[in-house]
Amino acid sequence: MTETRTMTLNMGPQHPSTHGVLRLVLELDGEVVVRCVPHIGYLHTGMEKTMEDKRYQQALTVTDRMDYLAPMSNNLAFVLSVEKLLGIEATERARIIRVMMAELTRIKSHLVWLGTHALDIGAMSVFLYCFREREKILDLYEMVSGQRMMSSYIRVGGLMADLPDGFERRVRDFIDEFPKRVDEYEDLLTHNRLRQQRTVGIGVLKREEAIALGVSGPTLRAAGVPWDIRKVWPYSGYDRFRFDISLAHNGDVYDRYRCRIFEMRQSTGIVRQCLDRLPKGPVNIDNPKIVPPPKPMVRRSMEALIHHFLLYSQGFAVPAGEAYVPIESPKGEIGFYVVSDGSNKPYRVRVRPPSLLNLQALPRMVEGRLVADVVAVIGSIDIVLGEIDR
Amino acid sequence: MVVKLRERFPDAIREVRHVRDELTVVVAPAAIREVCRFLRDDPELRYEFLSDLCSVDRLRLPEASPRFEVVYHLTSMRNSSRLRLKVRVEAGEPVESVTGVWEAANWMEREVYDLMGIPFRDHPDLRRLVMPDDFEGHPLRKDFPVTTEPRWWEEEGRR
Repeated sequence: MTETRTMTLNMGPQHPSTHGVLRLVLELDGEVVVRCVPHIGYLHTGMEKTMEDKRYQQALTVTDRMDYLAPMSNNLAFVLSVEKLLGIEATERARIIRVMMAELTRIKSHLVWLGTHALDIGAMSVFLYCFREREKILDLYEMVSGQRMMSSYIRVGGLMADLPDGFERRVRDFIDEFPKRVDEYEDLLTHNRLRQQRTVGIGVLKREEAIALGVSGPTLRAAGVPWDIRKVWPYSGYDRFRFDISLAHNGDVYDRYRCRIFEMRQSTGIVRQCLDRLPKGPVNIDNPKIVPPPKPMVRRSMEALIHHFLLYSQGFAVPAGEAYVPIESPKGEIGFYVVSDGSNKPYRVRVRPPSLLNLQALPRMVEGRLVADVVAVIGSIDIVLGEIDR
Repeated sequence: MVVKLRERFPDAIREVRHVRDELTVVVAPAAIREVCRFLRDDPELRYEFLSDLCSVDRLRLPEASPRFEVVYHLTSMRNSSRLRLKVRVEAGEPVESVTGVWEAANWMEREVYDLMGIPFRDHPDLRRLVMPDDFEGHPLRKDFPVTTEPRWWEEEGRR
């Protein structure tokens, strides 16, 4: 008489393919995954709680550290919620710069995804190429904000500073070159037979399952749902840009790859449109109670000095109420539910974490499949544990 | 939409507010699951996507009773509309789980249970999500001490 016994395998938290510190407990029958139970929380640092104790300008810096591959998207989502509570809207120039930075962020985040995903399933060189291009976006980040990763560039009421000299030319150089680079990645990967064997038909998530599980972003669009918040509820002026949303129908790892490649190309187009129509003008709203006055003014005007002092010692008060503005981050729908009690610190901040909900769908995608596919699937949903655990 | 809800659940709708283009409906705790199921399945409304589920501790707000609020952000992809539902409960009072309506609620309810200490009735797997299993207290509560040294926990097997 034969007896079926399953083996329990612990994968992570320190495992190169778990993209951070994710721990999976896999129950295996031979090489087939019978059950997959994710354990998270290794990076929990209480960010939502931390933000309750920070003034609004300070809380913004916490958002950089959630999804550290897409800091500007997080900045933008938080700032839009706070601006909604304050009843203000950024200037035209600031809005277009925000869109441009958000799209560069999308390219940057997708590049890390593409590189690490290719690496996970054995394509080392693509990783190096992707990080070469990402480096250029990090340089652009450094130009505008002085920081390569934790930029905090998008601020309530506008931006930290206007674009530096020569920035537009650098961006143009990048987007002229970048489509050729995407062609290169595609040459290496799209019709690669080995890669297709590892990705086509693997980790399938059906349309209905994806919606019920709250999956968003490219993972949702790969399952055949044409849902992109930039199109549905345009924020920051997205309704005036021409771009297409990605869509695929099989919901497997390969389709997620195709969606993200498509999005990188579209984002390049949006950045180009931003550069073409970038108007002159101020980047901050004219409200010294919210936006600090320029430094030279502080030295000359008593009034500016007072505003400067008040903003940096007390911050600004936000009217009591609540707001939730979702945006389309590289990972999916991210939104900050900000509850204000009328003081200068948020009463409660809740992040709608796209990575958390995408990860929740993982057992559905890997159960019944081979253990080697788990690695390919984790890579395909593009999770960042900093955002999942917060 | 609100008219439809009021017709269907005359006793369960406590409050309706429309502020800054955001519609909020406060629902009685006992009825939340049925309201959610109705909103998901109604052929005209089709709120089939649960965007978010979170909680607020109202301890330091002017209106602090009942103390906790569970907040649901619903999305209707068909109508491109959003809706916020709220349920208000006292400490320890359970809320009907909506995992049967949207699977997405599973981890988010666990997170609320973990960090805010609100239990959910009929949840299939109500464990802590991000804090260690032997952790005491609920860090997102407003009366959770933030200045004391956090208690260290031992690794499993060395207890």
